[in-house]
Amino acid sequence: MNFPILSVITFLPFVAGVIILMMPATRKNETRAVALAAATIDLLLSAWVYLQYLLGDMTGYQFLEQYNWLPQLGITLFFGVDGMSAPLVLLTGIVMFTGVLISWGNDDPQVMSGIQDRPREFFAFLFLLAGGVFGVFVSLDLFMLFFFYEIAVFPMYLLIAIWGWVKTREYAAMKLTLYLFIGSVVALVGALAMYWVQYQNTGVLSFNMLEMEKAGFSTAFQNIWFLPVFLGFAVLGGIWPFHNWSPDGHVAAPTAVSMFHAGVLMKLGAFAALRVGVMLLPEGAKEWAWLIMLFAGVAVVYGAYIAFVQTDLKYMIGFSSVSHMGLVMLGISTLNETGLTGAGVQMFSHGVMTALFFAVTGMIYDRAHTRMIPELGGMAKIMPFAAIGFIIGGLVSMGMPGFSGFVAEFPIFMGVWREQWLVAVISSISIVITAAYIMMNIRKVFFSPLPENLEGHVGDVTVLDKVAIVTLCLFMIAIGLFPSVMVPMVSTGVENIMRLLGGA
Amino acid sequence: MFTPITFASILPEILILALGLLILIFEPFWKEDQRRNAGWLTAGGLFVILVVSLLFGRPGEPTSTLGGMIRFDWLGFFLKMLFIFAGAATALLLMDHEKAGRRGEAYLLLLASLLGMNLMAVASDLVMLYLAIETASIPLYILSGFLLTDERSTEAGFKYLLFGTVASTVMLYGFSLVYGFSGTTDLYAIANAFTSGNVSPLLGFGVLALLIVGLGFKVSVVPFHFWAPDVYQGAPTPVAGYLSTASKAAGFAVMLRLFFIAFPDFSGTWAMILAALAAISMTVGNLLALPQTNIKRLLAFSSISHAGYAMIGVVAFNTLGATSVVFYLAAYIATNLLAFGIVMAFSRITGLEEITDYAGLSRRNPLLALMMLAAFLSLAGMPPFGGFVAKVFVFAAGVQTGYIWLVVVGILNSIIGVYYYLNVLKYVYLYRMPEQDEEQHPVPLTRPYTIALVVLVLGVILVGTVFAPFFGWSDAGAFVLFN
Repeated sequence: MNFPILSVITFLPFVAGVIILMMPATRKNETRAVALAAATIDLLLSAWVYLQYLLGDMTGYQFLEQYNWLPQLGITLFFGVDGMSAPLVLLTGIVMFTGVLISWGNDDPQVMSGIQDRPREFFAFLFLLAGGVFGVFVSLDLFMLFFFYEIAVFPMYLLIAIWGWVKTREYAAMKLTLYLFIGSVVALVGALAMYWVQYQNTGVLSFNMLEMEKAGFSTAFQNIWFLPVFLGFAVLGGIWPFHNWSPDGHVAAPTAVSMFHAGVLMKLGAFAALRVGVMLLPEGAKEWAWLIMLFAGVAVVYGAYIAFVQTDLKYMIGFSSVSHMGLVMLGISTLNETGLTGAGVQMFSHGVMTALFFAVTGMIYDRAHTRMIPELGGMAKIMPFAAIGFIIGGLVSMGMPGFSGFVAEFPIFMGVWREQWLVAVISSISIVITAAYIMMNIRKVFFSPLPENLEGHVGDVTVLDKVAIVTLCLFMIAIGLFPSVMVPMVSTGVENIMRLLGGA
Repeated sequence: MFTPITFASILPEILILALGLLILIFEPFWKEDQRRNAGWLTAGGLFVILVVSLLFGRPGEPTSTLGGMIRFDWLGFFLKMLFIFAGAATALLLMDHEKAGRRGEAYLLLLASLLGMNLMAVASDLVMLYLAIETASIPLYILSGFLLTDERSTEAGFKYLLFGTVASTVMLYGFSLVYGFSGTTDLYAIANAFTSGNVSPLLGFGVLALLIVGLGFKVSVVPFHFWAPDVYQGAPTPVAGYLSTASKAAGFAVMLRLFFIAFPDFSGTWAMILAALAAISMTVGNLLALPQTNIKRLLAFSSISHAGYAMIGVVAFNTLGATSVVFYLAAYIATNLLAFGIVMAFSRITGLEEITDYAGLSRRNPLLALMMLAAFLSLAGMPPFGGFVAKVFVFAAGVQTGYIWLVVVGILNSIIGVYYYLNVLKYVYLYRMPEQDEEQHPVPLTRPYTIALVVLVLGVILVGTVFAPFFGWSDAGAFVLFN
């Protein structure tokens, strides 16, 4: 029996959350230290998993662990990662680590940053969320996947409603929770239907997804249930026209939660849609790929265009997320090797990039007390570090060669071209729009003259913030310069999907 | 006749009776300020009974004892253990009730109704069944109206009495018809005598409808729910919690045994009626919970909708269905007792019961707020709490038998549920007291509350995470209904 590393990664946040909850409320710094320690350990462990997978033979599912949980119904605690999920586990580790750094909070009333109000509860709920996210990425059991999926949804409500932006937090939190809950229960009915049909076909009660792949669902069954299952999960992936909760949620959420939300949670939706929808119902996926491609294509262009006209920095990033997640969905909808590989890399790349965007935006807002782009300016002089981070994020967002965005987006467009060249042409418009709004905003926020009312009382970012920025930038540049650290890995995961799709 | 197995089959009931007598004997000798200890005695005694029964009273092969009055099997046993657990928790919550906690009669009545519920879970004869139902109900009528000086409470007691009597009379009429057409009162013999071969479908429908009126009242499904909100609001809060959990679960216990054992031949008929009731109950319960401002009324309507969810398992009429009902009851008993316990603990200090009064609770008592989070998220069906798995199992059973429409209704309803449960949590966590001086208004917990609530929270989390043993026991219970 090897060291159960995936269980440790998944359950460590829960344990840490409980420990944090039991600490006295007045010990704020100790609470933060425990949170940071737990996050650091999780980051190191997930990096270890990633490296082991990368340096190993890179085939199939690895680090498998299986424990009987409810044998009567075939529910097992079945963990394992493949080339698709290993980068996402690493991504979650990164976002968790940087999220804790950003939320550290100093009790200095002059520079309000991070979380000062009840940090104990904040970190506990944040870790509950993180544990749920890890659980979804590593679960190979459909029941457990749902279990963790729901765990990842409800802390969002509290995190946004309690620590969010006062103006919209109640509305946004409730909207987000209801959207995600509706999506997940719709998918749940589909999952239960799959479960029973598998039982009829094979006589085995099992939620094991590797078994379900071989259940031999009829084409008619797949055609009926693919859409509820895929779209149910894809709601969390921010697929158009069910994306509406997402920008509202981003704007209302506190910085670290925005990072989690855009960086990891939306990947959760896309990943679950891919793993449960496409991989278990491949015939249904082929039947409906055109519709997904249509939705995704609209999301890519529409999201970018809406982002272009925003004046609130957070709304701008929120809609750019819709656009970029649309690219992920577009990659998935191609159902060919190139497109899916691009989608896999894009999930990681976008996760790190948005986390960085939201982190920097949070730093600016904490100090300038405004996020309205017209009211900002001159930030490059005050916080040069944050400015560099934002610019790197912007370059990734535009898909510049040398950064991870290019490595991700180029294959997606290639894949789409192979299926439907017109969609590729239309959706590539988004690159131009993205470049436009990113550059305009960088110029305005960082390089235009500092408005008078901000002069004097806006300070530089803290050391912890800088560590977070460096960590995030490092990954984006590394993948951009050395695609071989991620692309071959993702493509092994894609081979697995292609096998299920029948080598189409 | 009185063999060891007979003794084992009613061991918990004998001990409960003895415990009741013990309280009856000692209570007059205690001084006014010592009488609260009757609560410790009741809860401790029930805990001992629970352990003793688990050690010595476990059933083996299903057998009929006491001349066919009692069925000694896992279904009855597991449910009895749940009821005893609920009784112990209720006794603890009752202890610091301002008016009821120092009255020995309250605990005695609680034990008497617990006795009745235990017998409801195991009765296998119509006569025994009716006696058990009345034994469980009459003490609850009194307990609901226990606060003599409180108008709402007397109203609650009286209303419950009237509704309860009418419902049980209607059911008794149904029993008499069953006896008339089958010539037997033994549930296990009725199945052979009361078949579609010799009873016309219309008559079968009529008889089942009469029985459903009585049981529908016990489990408070729409349209037999009208008593529930008023009674829950008026009755002492721990009693309301007990009514909404153990009493409801006992109704389900009877429903399972009566319909599955005695009327399998008419399963189409009763499943149809119950499916309709389940759908209406979930929908009406949840929709009416939306505008509530009083937390006890909100919980009352939520409990009406939960009866609807659980009924999906009954409608499914297969092993997984029965298992999921029993599992649902286990999760629901822990969850709802926790919710009512928190309401009790809060109103004891503040005297307030409106949802808006919960503003700032997370700063007044973070632990209590956290427990409330667990209770309400479990009610809403979120993991890692019991409500999530319970709902998934019930829905799985529904999908298995092809009741997709009913499951869809259930799912739409759980979305409504999420909205109003989160709405309460919004007050707890987000809003603040008008003066923002929460530190000046703490909500301390006395020891009985701490013990009861912590045990219940652990129960809710255990049922929701390590669900295998609970499922195994429920499954063993469901097994005896089909073999």
